[in-house]
Amino acid sequence: MLTFVARRLVATLLVLLVASFIVYVLTANSGDPLRELRGSRDPSAQDQIAYLSGLLNLDQPPVLRYFSWLGGVGACFIGQCDLGISVARGQQPVIEAIGGALGSTLQLVLAATILAIVIGVAIGMTTALRQYSGYDYVVTFLTFVFYSLPIFWVAVLLKEFGAIQFNSFLGDPVIPWWSILIIGLVMGFIASSVVGGELRTRVISFVSVGGGIAALLILLDVTRWFESPSIGFVGIALMSIATGAVVLFTSTGFHNRRALLAVGIIVVLTVILSWPFQFLFYYVNSPWTVLLVLAIMVGLGLLVGFFVGGDGKAVVARTTAIVGGLGIIPLVLDQMFIRWDEYVARIPLSNGVIATIGASTPAIRRVDDTWLNMLDSLTHMLLPTIALMIISLAAYTRYARASLLDVMNQDYVRTARAKGLGERTVVMRHAFRNAMIPIATIIALDFGAVIGGAVITERVFAWQAMGSLFNEGLQHIDVNLVMGFFLVTGILAVIFNVIADLLYSALDPRIRVS
Amino acid sequence: MTDKKPVVDEQSVGQELSIEQRATVGLSQGAIVRRRFLQHRGAVVSVFVLLFLVLLAFTSVGTVIGGTGKLTPDPTGSRLIVDGFRIPGWWGFTWWERYDIVLPGGAPTFTWWPFSFGEHPFGQDNTGKDVFARVMRGMQQSLNVVFIVGIISTVIGVVLGALAGYYRGWVDQLIMRITDVIIIVPLLILGAVLGQTIGGDAFLLAVMIGLIAWTGMARLVRAEFLSLREREFVDAARVAGASDFRIIFRHILPNTVGVIVVSATLLMSAVILLETSLSFLGFGITAPDISLGQIISEYNEAFKTRPWLFWWPGLFIVIIALCINFIGDGLRDAFDPRQKRVPRQRGLGSEIGNFFKAYIPGTRPGDGTVNK
Repeated sequence: MLTFVARRLVATLLVLLVASFIVYVLTANSGDPLRELRGSRDPSAQDQIAYLSGLLNLDQPPVLRYFSWLGGVGACFIGQCDLGISVARGQQPVIEAIGGALGSTLQLVLAATILAIVIGVAIGMTTALRQYSGYDYVVTFLTFVFYSLPIFWVAVLLKEFGAIQFNSFLGDPVIPWWSILIIGLVMGFIASSVVGGELRTRVISFVSVGGGIAALLILLDVTRWFESPSIGFVGIALMSIATGAVVLFTSTGFHNRRALLAVGIIVVLTVILSWPFQFLFYYVNSPWTVLLVLAIMVGLGLLVGFFVGGDGKAVVARTTAIVGGLGIIPLVLDQMFIRWDEYVARIPLSNGVIATIGASTPAIRRVDDTWLNMLDSLTHMLLPTIALMIISLAAYTRYARASLLDVMNQDYVRTARAKGLGERTVVMRHAFRNAMIPIATIIALDFGAVIGGAVITERVFAWQAMGSLFNEGLQHIDVNLVMGFFLVTGILAVIFNVIADLLYSALDPRIRVS
Repeated sequence: MTDKKPVVDEQSVGQELSIEQRATVGLSQGAIVRRRFLQHRGAVVSVFVLLFLVLLAFTSVGTVIGGTGKLTPDPTGSRLIVDGFRIPGWWGFTWWERYDIVLPGGAPTFTWWPFSFGEHPFGQDNTGKDVFARVMRGMQQSLNVVFIVGIISTVIGVVLGALAGYYRGWVDQLIMRITDVIIIVPLLILGAVLGQTIGGDAFLLAVMIGLIAWTGMARLVRAEFLSLREREFVDAARVAGASDFRIIFRHILPNTVGVIVVSATLLMSAVILLETSLSFLGFGITAPDISLGQIISEYNEAFKTRPWLFWWPGLFIVIIALCINFIGDGLRDAFDPRQKRVPRQRGLGSEIGNFFKAYIPGTRPGDGTVNK
């Protein structure tokens, strides 16, 4: 397996090297970096041209310049990175520009990719399991629509329409009765289609899910929850129970008493521990605390699973570890919402809570507070992430559906059914894993589209991130800036490729053997 | 002497064929494909919508042929002259001239009730230009780019894929490594760099995109060739003394036409999104020239005051891309021999029927559903 990954890594790096040469030469030939200066009537323009030409070695052909640039990149291995300077940004070193830009782009790309995979695979699988149902037809049509949406159009719509609507809603949080009705009906429809089965079961799932969500919305509306959102003890308990139920349902099912008991214990532990963790979060204000709590919860999950699991230790421990890990989400949300009022008081009034410009609020950035910063990134990232996610979502949904349908028609699935295994075991153990193999390869392929989408999204939402490096660099024929962008995205592409290969070899034992 | 002609009992022949085979027995490949395509309602509707849009775009404001379509100021007056031979259309306005603003702010004159188009149905921009004419011209350019890229990429992809798959060895290695190098750079990034180089001309942009968008096609065609070249009919052709050229283009290529057609269609739907995105960023078709993405980019800031400048171009991009995607889906269904017929609709209605039938003596639930 390691040789497989290593071989692929070397091949990708070589390809990246050649690609960087092509991009460098093409960018260098795409125009004159000193065009603005040449047109200027400034008496010092001639001196500046001479100075910049010397600085950028413009007297040399681009091919030679590429190799001196490559030398600077190579120096990174001995700790002296030199990616050149950016003329478009007042001779700022490119490495500095990347440092300031990488974080937000990375957050955006990762969040959009992960969400697209999780949601897309979930939707794709449910449609495959309910092939030719009304739900399947609706989703298939919607994936076509999403596939055909230009991302810049969606982003501008979200920015000019979604943000304004949502902000005015937050200003006066009254949910109109018709939107409660529509949301309830849609959720009920989805639930009844996914659950499927007899008409009786469908009606029950339709009424319980649709009605439940409508009731929740009415409750949130009546208590004016959106004015100062909070989760509290009850919220944490409810969310943990729901997470536990979903994970249990997909992994072992409720009939496995030991798993049920173990998940019950970990849910109770989450609720009890939420109280001391709240103080921990408050007093040890650092992102590491979140990771520490995550590690504690997963560790607890593994321990509980190990001791309660009995014969099926591995399966139960895996389930409880996932429940424990996911249990941190309500804790973090709770902590963020505790600081909500403080956050709203600190941001500029004119903007509204959901921001449409930039990747962060400078006033918040200056405060060294993990939670306020987390809230701030969340409100800034919400719309760009949705815009970026929509496009990939359609692709993942389609591939997941096709892939699962393919697998469900295989002989080994029929064999598994013939053995008398339950439908859940057949789908989750026998089919799901094999259906994920093609998805793993698509993660790497889709990455290029995500990077392109990020460039556009960041432009629409005026983020000072990697996308703006590329836009600015190309507009001013600032080769170093463009190459800085290319280097980072190229490395990210390599990392994504390696992740895809690792997933691939983890899912497909044939790769591990050979 | 009795006639030795074997008696074929139609009943028994039919039983040995599957349902799918029986539906297509005695039909040529083309007829099967056409018939399957016509069964895909979305695809057929899309073909008509797309044809309508092409006609609308090219006949309404007319077009320019034999020139770049660039606008240059008339040396004698303040009018602009279009480079090339201009064919006028039935729409009274052009995409470059300014008109008196009819409604305040240039709002659309289109109304549902009473239904009327008015003078400027899509509205006017802040300088009085007719948005309908601009959108139509933009659509022409975007469609031009789509078709040019489709042709160039398909030709390059098919030829390179065929060579790589047929000859294997170092030819394959070389072509596939070139493909890898192009694929690792996001298409938008490479397209933007090339677009910046050529500086805003629609035709050149299309050629440039065509030169980089063939990679997916090449990989698919190569895979097809790799498997087809091992088949007996290729051996037969080789034994009969056919040249490599003849084997590739006369014997193997017709067998890959399904893959090629489908992937060319899907490529074209990706290209319209790519071109409009590039133009939106300012690296594709730029200012004096028009494309749907360029219009959105130009009026991006005016969304709050003049949303109609933004709605229409975007809507047309979505419709075109959607139509091409649906046609591609229909073609895929038509060409894929493994394609299974979709069972008849098992809607909620029939199930409610079954639910009640279960309570009527003498009927069983499930009678009304069609089994696969």
